[in-house]
Amino acid sequence: MGKREIRLRLNGGDRRVEIEDQMLLIELVRSLGLVGTKLSCDAQVCGACTVLLDGRPVSSCTTLAIEADGKPVVTIEGLADGAKLHPLQQAFIDRFAFQCGYCTPGMIVSAKALLDARPAPDAAEVRHWMEGNICRCTGYQTIVDAVLDAAEHLRSAR
Amino acid sequence: MKDKRVAGTSARRADGIAKVTGAARYAVDLSVPGMAHAIVVRSTRAHARIKSIDREAAAASPGVIRVLTGDDLVGAGLTPYYGHVVLDHPVLAIERVRFHGEPVALVVADTRREAAEAAELVEVTYEELPVVIDAEDALKKGAPDLHERRGDRVGDEGMDEGEGGLPTNVCAVARVGWGDLDDAFARAHLVVEGEYRYPMLYGYAMEPYNALAFFDQGDLVVYSSAQHVYMVRRDLARMFHLPLARVRVSAPYVGGGYGTKSYTKVEGMTAAAAFFTGRPVKLDLSVEEAILTTRSASAHIRARSAFTKDGKLLARDFDIVMNAGAYTDNTPLVNSKTANRCFGPYRIPALRVVARSAFTNTVPSSSLRGFGAPQGNIAGELQMDEAAVALGIDPVELRMRNLVGPGEELMPGKRPLDADLRDDLRCLASALEWPGAIVGRSIGLGVSASDAGAYPTSTAAVRIHSDSSVTLFTGSTELGQGSRTVLAQIVAEELGVALEGVGVVNGDTGVVTYERTTGASRTTTITGRAVQEACRDARRRVRGLAADTLAVAAAEIEDAPGGIGVAGRELGYGEVIERWFGAGGEVLGHGAVRRAEGFAKMPPFYEIGCSGLELSVDRETGQIHITKLTTVGDVGFAINPALVHGQDAGAAMMGLGAALHEELVYDGEQLANPNVVDYRVPRFSDLPDQVTHLLAERGDGSGPYGAKGAGEGAGNTIGGSVASALGRLFGVFPHQLPATPERVWRLIRDAETKRDP
Repeated sequence: MGKREIRLRLNGGDRRVEIEDQMLLIELVRSLGLVGTKLSCDAQVCGACTVLLDGRPVSSCTTLAIEADGKPVVTIEGLADGAKLHPLQQAFIDRFAFQCGYCTPGMIVSAKALLDARPAPDAAEVRHWMEGNICRCTGYQTIVDAVLDAAEHLRSAR
Repeated sequence: MKDKRVAGTSARRADGIAKVTGAARYAVDLSVPGMAHAIVVRSTRAHARIKSIDREAAAASPGVIRVLTGDDLVGAGLTPYYGHVVLDHPVLAIERVRFHGEPVALVVADTRREAAEAAELVEVTYEELPVVIDAEDALKKGAPDLHERRGDRVGDEGMDEGEGGLPTNVCAVARVGWGDLDDAFARAHLVVEGEYRYPMLYGYAMEPYNALAFFDQGDLVVYSSAQHVYMVRRDLARMFHLPLARVRVSAPYVGGGYGTKSYTKVEGMTAAAAFFTGRPVKLDLSVEEAILTTRSASAHIRARSAFTKDGKLLARDFDIVMNAGAYTDNTPLVNSKTANRCFGPYRIPALRVVARSAFTNTVPSSSLRGFGAPQGNIAGELQMDEAAVALGIDPVELRMRNLVGPGEELMPGKRPLDADLRDDLRCLASALEWPGAIVGRSIGLGVSASDAGAYPTSTAAVRIHSDSSVTLFTGSTELGQGSRTVLAQIVAEELGVALEGVGVVNGDTGVVTYERTTGASRTTTITGRAVQEACRDARRRVRGLAADTLAVAAAEIEDAPGGIGVAGRELGYGEVIERWFGAGGEVLGHGAVRRAEGFAKMPPFYEIGCSGLELSVDRETGQIHITKLTTVGDVGFAINPALVHGQDAGAAMMGLGAALHEELVYDGEQLANPNVVDYRVPRFSDLPDQVTHLLAERGDGSGPYGAKGAGEGAGNTIGGSVASALGRLFGVFPHQLPATPERVWRLIRDAETKRDP
């Protein structure tokens, strides 16, 4: 089994890590203690394992760690600014947009990618973008509301 | 209701920051030094005798510590079975396998990858036995007998054998009935008759079953994704012949439950691996393996209902057959709840229900949200709609004429109804703009009343600290329903302290107080009452300390917000505590509820379902689109309204999944769709155009401040509502869920044939 060293910018910090060739990105981030990223379907349909790789949302359960070599990776742990929550995180709390919380890290990371790309989405766009994230608890409405709230907050703060 | 400060407000979730930052720890996230990893080797036969298991190659594989089989457990004198009603579920298969995917061996290695690679090398040879997949086939004469020798009975819940014990493959029987059925049907103006089918479902809690087990100075410690930690403790204590006090089961945050994580799943085999290797062992199942662990029971219901000319029910008759799968698990309860919940909250002069659940060579069936209620509801409620059409009476009006009123018994000798269903239904119909005027759209709605709460045993403890902050100890597990938040609100309300000053410790049998289960929508109502009692006990003790310290009669001391009052002055809890102890100290209050006083009559409360929807259908493809979804949360009093809405929204969406998409399908001896690619759960695109959650608060519940449970009800009526809306749209009522595009397309064609033969 081949091993190699990769360099990545993980949640804003430069890291050099030794990985095995077949290691998945989710295994890498979880092995570094970032266990907020969750494994569920293991088939790229549920979105629980979503992280940002080079700014784009990817399913870390089906992405090789080696693909992160030389790139920035953002996980749920990288969103808050110290004790100050990201507006999406605050909106998820205020809108009760989660229950068990298992899908929440992937959900919030996906939503961040949406708001990075489209700062003023409407409800239909939110629903369409988030189609790749499954939540079994909330029934989705509160999540749509939270993403719209956060978008508004981010725009007004600009 | 008296003025309240905290109860009745949508206080933010206590687990909010942890869950949005990724800091919340689930069992699957835990690890301990020296931890080994296990992988399950699963049966590739649906029914077979195990001739041999060759584990030599696997044992010699790199990193492998041990390869375990059922024989090892038997050889070591452990109890190799689990089950909370009947002890028949082998921890690892013993001599025989009874379903495709049953655990046959466990490979334990230093890493998960090494265990997975070695698992491929375990060679099992089988001698195949006749297989039965369908529940009705299993009840036929000559069907292969899955359990010639029945497991020992360890609980009595839901077991009703009748004369001569249970026949071949009958896992459980339930009978409910009264009145003269034959006479009632003979007098009927209208008899509606039909067969209805509800699908086999997978709950898809997004965190798959997992456990971490180790022995600590002879004590067994297990962290797992379990809902009912105390039930799991009992299975493990029996398995290892340990006193309850020496088994500790802890569930940190749980990634979805919905009943699917009730009772023991992987804890037994993980603990066995720890026992035989002397190492801490972690076992994480995949989603596919989770599907092979527990599913819900499909149901085939034959029903007939007799009505008078003016739409009054005279009698109902239900014959229900459910597919229990390979082992007993929770089937006796599911079966009896199905019998209790199928006929609806109506005045029925004569009733007969016989529900039977059959053993088959399929994945064991157990609990899933509302169990029994959605299965029976489709038959019971659809027949109300079918009768309405035949009698020319509005379906809402027909229900109004038959609904049981507040304080009336649904079942003789049971708790009288603690709800006003007529008012709930009026509220629902009005919100949905019944009967609807938009061409091409159709409304379906339904009601249900479930005997909820399970057996009302609960305890709680509060510690008031010397700074007047409080820690609550509860055995109720936080599954996402918000128990930590609601129970903290009750503490803040009772003790008159700030919500921010209340901490909650839950889910660890080594630390917290006894809780029978976390299910059946019971936490707010039953645990909530235990929490109230604990707070009252703590207050009593504080008054005692104050009387002692201040040298006044106890009768002169009264409760004040956050402390006590005496002779016109107030002292905070902390002050009283520190004065009594001299330095530091705390007060401990304990509360207990049992089947007595407010909970003397079963069920502890009825959980109301009152929800409906409006839909449109693409006639070319059969695709359903939900335009409106409305729920009425009849919860007595909403201690946290936002959390109640969350429960209603989640239950209704799960109900929609079963109504529109979800079904586990057996193709021959194995599941055709054991993954969430082929088993489709609701997504954002399934979100109805308009969602409305209403509350009905009449203070009529048996819980704190008149509250009663939520979380299942809103989903129970959704399957029936979809079928009812389709029937009203096309003139033919579908009798089988899910209403997939293909089935709807066929229904439309059937309706056309019926109209123009």
